[in-house]
Parts: sequence; C-alpha cells; structure tokens
Amino acid sequence: MLDRLLGFERALREAGVPVSTGEGLDAMRALEHVNAARRDDFKAALRTTLCKNVSHQDAFDLLFDLHFQTALPEREDPADESLDGLMHEVAEAIAGGDEEALRRLAVRSVGALGRIEGAPTGTWFSYYQVVRTLDLPVVLGHALRAAARPDDSERAALLRREEFERRVRSFKDALLRETRRRAVAEKGPEAVARYAVRPPLEEVGFLSATQDELVRMRRAVRPLARKLAARVALKRRRSQRGVVDMRRTIRRSLSTGGVPFAPAVRHRPPHRPELFVLCDVSGSVARFARFALMLTHSLGAQFERVRSFAFVDVVDEITSLFSGEDFAEAVEDMHRKADVVQADGRSDYGTALQDFAARFAGELSPKSTVLILGDARTNYRTPRDEALAEIAGRARHVYWLSPEPAGDWDTGDSAASVYAARIDKMVEVRNLRQLEDFVSAEL
Amino acid sequence: MRRHRFSGVEEVRRRLEQVGYLSDDALATVVLLADRLDKPLLVEGPAGVGKTELAKAIAAALGISLIRLQCYEGVDEAKTLYEWNYKKQLLRIQAGPGESWSDVEEDIFSEPFLLERPVLRAIRSEEPVILLIDEVDKLDVEAEALLLEVLSDWQITVPELGTVSAREIPFVVLTSNNDRELSEALKRRCLYLHLDYPDLERERAIVLARVPEITETLATQVVSVVRSIRDLELKKAPSIAETLDWARTLLHLNVSTLDDDTLARTLPVLLKFRSDLEKAGRHLKIAPEHSGN
Repeated sequence: MLDRLLGFERALREAGVPVSTGEGLDAMRALEHVNAARRDDFKAALRTTLCKNVSHQDAFDLLFDLHFQTALPEREDPADESLDGLMHEVAEAIAGGDEEALRRLAVRSVGALGRIEGAPTGTWFSYYQVVRTLDLPVVLGHALRAAARPDDSERAALLRREEFERRVRSFKDALLRETRRRAVAEKGPEAVARYAVRPPLEEVGFLSATQDELVRMRRAVRPLARKLAARVALKRRRSQRGVVDMRRTIRRSLSTGGVPFAPAVRHRPPHRPELFVLCDVSGSVARFARFALMLTHSLGAQFERVRSFAFVDVVDEITSLFSGEDFAEAVEDMHRKADVVQADGRSDYGTALQDFAARFAGELSPKSTVLILGDARTNYRTPRDEALAEIAGRARHVYWLSPEPAGDWDTGDSAASVYAARIDKMVEVRNLRQLEDFVSAEL
Repeated sequence: MRRHRFSGVEEVRRRLEQVGYLSDDALATVVLLADRLDKPLLVEGPAGVGKTELAKAIAAALGISLIRLQCYEGVDEAKTLYEWNYKKQLLRIQAGPGESWSDVEEDIFSEPFLLERPVLRAIRSEEPVILLIDEVDKLDVEAEALLLEVLSDWQITVPELGTVSAREIPFVVLTSNNDRELSEALKRRCLYLHLDYPDLERERAIVLARVPEITETLATQVVSVVRSIRDLELKKAPSIAETLDWARTLLHLNVSTLDDDTLARTLPVLLKFRSDLEKAGRHLKIAPEHSGN
C-alpha cells in the first residue's frame, strides 16, 4: 500500500500538483482513520490531504482512477452484444436516471464497441470509436421520447432535455474512464498518464484549447476579473501614501487623551488610466482577443474608460457593443457587427495600425494605455511600424500581448521584434494565468 | 490525546443531518479527518454553496459554541489575535502619579488590559469551540502569515505575557471564495475541501428538509429550474440559500405549479442582476408579456 501511495504521489508531482512530504505523511495518517474498502471515503481522504487547488482536481481524479483501480471481475466481454440492444438499454437508463446501470453499461459498451482490431501495440480500446458507434444523439432522442408525456409544457421538455444531456455527459465520462481502465491494465498507469493528463485550465493555451475547455475558460473569466479588480484596487490604494490630515488626526486623538496614536492621512483621488484595446480578430487569434476583451471590459470600473477596437485590415471601434452587461454576448456580436475587413480577410497589421493612428491617435493622451492583441504575423505585408511609433509617442504606455509562444516570435512572417522595438513591452500571453499576471503587474 | 468527537463517517453524516445539513460521503470523511487529525479545514467554493453553514452545522452537531472571525481587507493582528487596551492603559498611568515606572509597566501589560480577539479567545477557551475564519481570502498576505503559528502549533506568542497554548485544540474551519490564491504554507497546514453546487437529488433533499411543507413535485420543479439557470453564464448564480428562499416564496404564494406568470414574478428572488434575469427569462422561454416589466 505504501508503495502504491508513494507512486501515486510521484505521479501527482509529475502532473504539476505540488505535494509536500508533510502532506504525504498526512495522507498516510488520514488513511488510518477511514475504511479503505469504501472507495469514496478512501478517495476523499487522499484528496483532502494531497490536492489543495481546484484547478488540479481533474488531474487528481484522473490519476486516482489510474492508480487505484477498482478490481472489476475479470470476465470476458460477451461476444453477442448487439448495438441496437445496447442503445436501447442506455436510453432507458438515461430516461430513468439510473446511475448504477449507466456505469455497468459503460463497461459493456467499451467491451463490445471499443476494441480496435490489429492495433500494433496489442489490444486497444478507443473511446472515440465507442462514442461514434453508440450514436449518443440518437440515444438521447430515444430517451426523450420515452420520457415525454402528452401534457408536458414546453419548459418541462426543455428542463428534461437539459437534465438528460447532463446524464449523457456523465455517461461519456464513464466511457472515458472505462477505456482508460483497460489501457492501464494493458500498459500501466504511467503510460496512460502521459497522454491523458491535461494541464490545469489556467495553463491551457488559448490557441490549443479543446471546445470543452474553451467553454470552461469563458466561465472562468468573470471570477478572474473579480479577483483582479480587487487586486488592482488594493494596489492603487496602497501606492498613495498621502499627507497627514491634521484636522482629522487631532479629532481622532481626543479619545486617547490628546495623544495622537493613529494619524489620519489625506488621500488623493486615484489615478485611473484610460484604456485603448486594439485587437486582431482574424482567424485563430480571435479566440485570444475574445478573452482579453471580456476581461478588460469586466474590469471597467478600474479604468477611466475602456475603448475597444477590432481589426483585420481596417479598424472599427466596437466599444458600444460592450455597453450592455453581457460581455460574452458582445464578443459574439463583434464578428457580425464590426466592419473590419476590406481586402482578403487576412490580417494586415501595417494598414490597420496606420488606419488607427490616422483616425484615433489624436484622442490618445498621457493618460492613455494602449493594449494591442495579436500574433504580429503580417502575412508578408509592410509592417509600417512608424505608425506604431506615432501611437507610442502619444500614449503613456503601449503593450503588445501575443498569444504565440515567445520562441516562435520572428519566425516566418512574424514582425514581433520590429514592433517590440517601438513600444514599452511585448508580452507572451498564451493562457489565462499569463493574462492574469500581465493585468496585475502592468495595469 | 483528546477523545474523538465522531465515531465514524456514518455518524458525521447522521449528526449533521440532524441539524439540517445534508452532506455526502466525501464531505463527511473530510470532517471526520479534520477532527481526528486535529487539522484546520479549509473550505473553498463559489458563493452560496453552504461553506459558512457547514461550520455552523458542525458546531450545532457537536453542541459547542462557535467563535467567528470575519475577515476583510486590512484586518491585522489587533483584530485577529489580541490588542492592548490603550485607553485603559493611559488612564491607569494618569491615575497613579508618583508610582515607579516598573510597577506601572508590570501592571498595564497584564491580563486586565488585554483585549482578546477571536483567535486568542478560541485558543484560551476552557470549553471546546469551533473557530470559523470566514473569507480568509480577503486577508492581506501579512495577516494570513499571522495565522500560521496558530494553525500548526495551536499557540500564540504575546511578547509581554509569553506563549499561550491551547488548552483544548479548537476545531478550525476556514472558508474562501478564492478571490486570492492562498499561500502554499497555509494550504499545507489545512485539510482541503472544495464544495460545489449539489447535484439534483441532493439539492432536492435539501429543499425538502428545510422547507418541509413543500410538495415533492414543486420541489423537483424548483430544483430543476435552478439547475438550468446555473448552467447559464451569469453574473451571479443562485445560491442554495436563494433556492430555499425561492421555495418558501412559492409556498407563501400558494403556487402548485410553475407557470410563466409565477416565474416572471418570483425569479428576482433567485437572480439579482437585470441582465441575469433577462437571460434566464429568454432561456426558460417565459413569454415576453410576462417578463416585460
């Protein structure tokens, strides 16, 4: 047991979950107090002592499954499983909300449908093959029809559909776990962990995130903004020392017999910069621009005002889209409403910067901070960095945030260092963590 | 070694349930371990999932009193640990002219001039207590560091009086909304519990337990609407407390089934932002003549 526990802790550390020796000891002490035969208790005991950050919980759950597998009865998968029969049973279990049945069905489905014949590395089971063959949208349709009642209101149907979709999602999780369980039996936990563990959400790259991760990242923006707003506000408050306010200090000292224990200081109103966000919304870079736009607008109260501009080859101001409260929707609208393409839809930094400088540079002042979001890939057009120099000359700060890894800058058509030379700083912002770091350090 | 307060996971569950707090095996295991290992329990999770409620429920289940430290920005040792009562000290000095300074000094740095703050009170308590340190993420980093000595060695050093050790190790619960990442040092000393919104069945059970007059059908409808709303991207998702408020509201209005009109009138109990209300209205397909208020 000790060996398995130590192996598990090592795997956690490899996956980036910090586990100290002390925490390892705590885990061992904790196991003395729970019944190890009860898997949920056992898992909870390890989780509470070893994994102390929500963003590591996915990795913890996955590695726990890999290292402490439930020994299922090793029986042969029945050969006569029929696809129609399985689909029918899954639909029934979803309609009935029978979690136990769904778990058993996941095991059977993977055994019957997931096997990849003739794989070079021995028997192999594919999650994607199971999901495709089982045709879950059709199964969901069956389940919905089976549960429908004639007197259902539209809303009742909607709510039921949502609940069933949640069950389908958890069934898919069960399928994924089962394929991994079989892979572990074949290859051992380390090999599976290597491909299965994803980085925590804050470290997933904007450009390489899966669809599901993008959705979760979008949800993470608002709490992040709240956190940053508190931090930025605190920094501003701290940075202004203020002069002693004699009147209030004397008034305060009356309660301590005229001895001024606690001097009162006079605060200056905080300096709040005016933010200009200029973002490339072409192609894959757009994903990054969306996060950055949502974040800066969610931080609105910390700035004098936030104005945003989108471009592909010409610039359009999109500030008004963010006048409502729903920034996620505003970002969706951006693509339909902004007028940003004149030529072929590939980004042209040179023309866009020149356009911005010509139309809006007059409004920049020593109070303004300009953020430019984009990968600085010019598609081999003229970079026109003199336009950027003009912008930098008028604004207090100009920062360029690039979603590309710094190692790729200046390769191919990237004009990164040409632009970087004209501004305060070019920063690599590939994930939410780096975005957070930038905002709290520079704004 | 102190006696155990709970005999096992089952007992934790049962006793929490008796005071109206429905837990699951994972949560009960963590509470059991916090008791057995004498470690503070750090509870994180979104607002309104019952973090503070958990501490209160443990206190109620054990029948012991709860000492609460509400954290906010700018809280320092004078608010968390102890403070000397300056005004009283000043009076004492002025009241006794002609005394030698060493006598006065000995006197004014003694027990009667000490103001106990929650953490010191919990440490010095004769009775077993629960110390709830609420919203610990609002503390500044410096103030957080102050807690470290307490949470690992159960003692506080007051320079003038010496080190005060706990007579009975208190059961400590810290809660956090994760507004700020807590330090590794603090996390290492604690057991960690992440609370999330409960699943459909558990939330339904909570509604039925806390609002006993409600019918099962209505409880199911209430919970599934709340769940559906929580899946939207909202400024503020409805908390469990708000679900309960909503259930009570519906009960008072004698509602037996949720129609457009009732929804439009009562959703503000759940959602406190106009944009959230509009979004939920659209999502739940409330007819515009009802929602257009």
